[in-house]
Amino acid sequence: MANELILLDTWVSPFGMRVRIALREKGIKFEYKEEDLTNKSDLLLKMNPIHKKIPVLIHNGKPVRESGIIVQYVDEVWHDKAPLLPSEPYPRAQARFWADFVDKKIYDTGRKIWTTKGDEQKSATEEFIGYLKTLEAELGAKPYFGGEKLGYVDVTMIPFYSWFHAYEVSGNFSIESNCPKLMAWAKRCMQHESVSKTLPDPKKVYEFILQLKKRLGIE
Amino acid sequence: MADQGEVKLLKTWSSLFGLRVVWALKLKGIPYESVDEDLTNKSDLLLQYNPVHTKVPVLIHNGKSICESLVILEYIDETWSQNPPRLLPRDPIQRASARFWAKFMDEKVCTIYDYGLVIALPSMWQAFTKEGREQEEGVASIAENLKLLEAELEGKKFLGGEEIGIPDFALGWLVNLVPVFEEILGLKIVDEERHPSLSEWSRRISDIPVIEESWPPRDKLVTKWAAIRDHFLATARASSG
Repeated sequence: MANELILLDTWVSPFGMRVRIALREKGIKFEYKEEDLTNKSDLLLKMNPIHKKIPVLIHNGKPVRESGIIVQYVDEVWHDKAPLLPSEPYPRAQARFWADFVDKKIYDTGRKIWTTKGDEQKSATEEFIGYLKTLEAELGAKPYFGGEKLGYVDVTMIPFYSWFHAYEVSGNFSIESNCPKLMAWAKRCMQHESVSKTLPDPKKVYEFILQLKKRLGIE
Repeated sequence: MADQGEVKLLKTWSSLFGLRVVWALKLKGIPYESVDEDLTNKSDLLLQYNPVHTKVPVLIHNGKSICESLVILEYIDETWSQNPPRLLPRDPIQRASARFWAKFMDEKVCTIYDYGLVIALPSMWQAFTKEGREQEEGVASIAENLKLLEAELEGKKFLGGEEIGIPDFALGWLVNLVPVFEEILGLKIVDEERHPSLSEWSRRISDIPVIEESWPPRDKLVTKWAAIRDHFLATARASSG
């Protein structure tokens, strides 16, 4: 049976980027469908009726939802190509823990940076830098969170690198000067074609946020 | 049976997330030592083994810690894979679905971060800590999520299918805590008429001895949660003048 893979996604979504990176790292062919989230397709509504969110990976007609769950699914089905999760239970649990940390902390705090002003924004920025520093400490002297190779946590976190410029301009701060080691890690990840082909131009992400703010009526 | 080493579980007497881990360990027949934390006075053990979040539950296996309840459940399933029951299905599509439902429980129905009195639960929270129209909105939101659950449970023995699994553990708190909330709020949240499959599933869960005997005492829970509601209502009333 042919392996039919369709990815419902949007170019700017860091969650969708995770899935694209995982598929590309493993050399898996897939059909990409760009969704307009202001006008969701019937396919998206059918495949993810509960959350109506992207990304959704449709494998031979069956949907897999939630970016972290999709990446784990892809890793399990194509486990012999560029494995992303370690094979032993304890390092796997550590990888899942840190991916969960990224999931719980980075997007929401980052969002506060570009949607708020004044004291609220300042405190969000400080919180955000704090989380990045925690990640830097976890990375330590390793080239990647996955060790010697790109792993599950790297794939989970690296999409946000394309959003860093937008956060920096919005919050008027420098991630490079606060977290140089994390920036070095990000540039190392960008040397992988799977990552550089997937991450959009940070300037385009910033333009997107400006337009989104207008649409949401945020100053 | 392989040597399972030393297993310690840090939790609190009422922690719903800790309960999930208790069920997994007991159902798989894994001996462990339980430590109940006082989150207003966190032990050195907790601070050492969960420095990032300083939350429970924490599983300590041979001196190494694993945090976050769903991560712990998968770790237990993978490490003691020879001990039944399997907590996640073998088939990758079904595994993805089980993980999805477990996450849904945590994020939409009830998320609890037990910092003493500071607790955040999306859907339940609003219903529980507000009054008037805000409370009605919270109750309506829970009703929406319960409808989705009801649809998912229809025709199934457990959320995972024939066998109990991680999504059932993720939702299990509902069986114990919803009656407590209902008593405090004087509202019906889950009922036989609107939620026949959910009610049936609740009975099936309660029939499992390991689960039934692990419930925290109901009167203690009513006291604790009534105090939490009073605290938040008082704060809201004070700030609205």
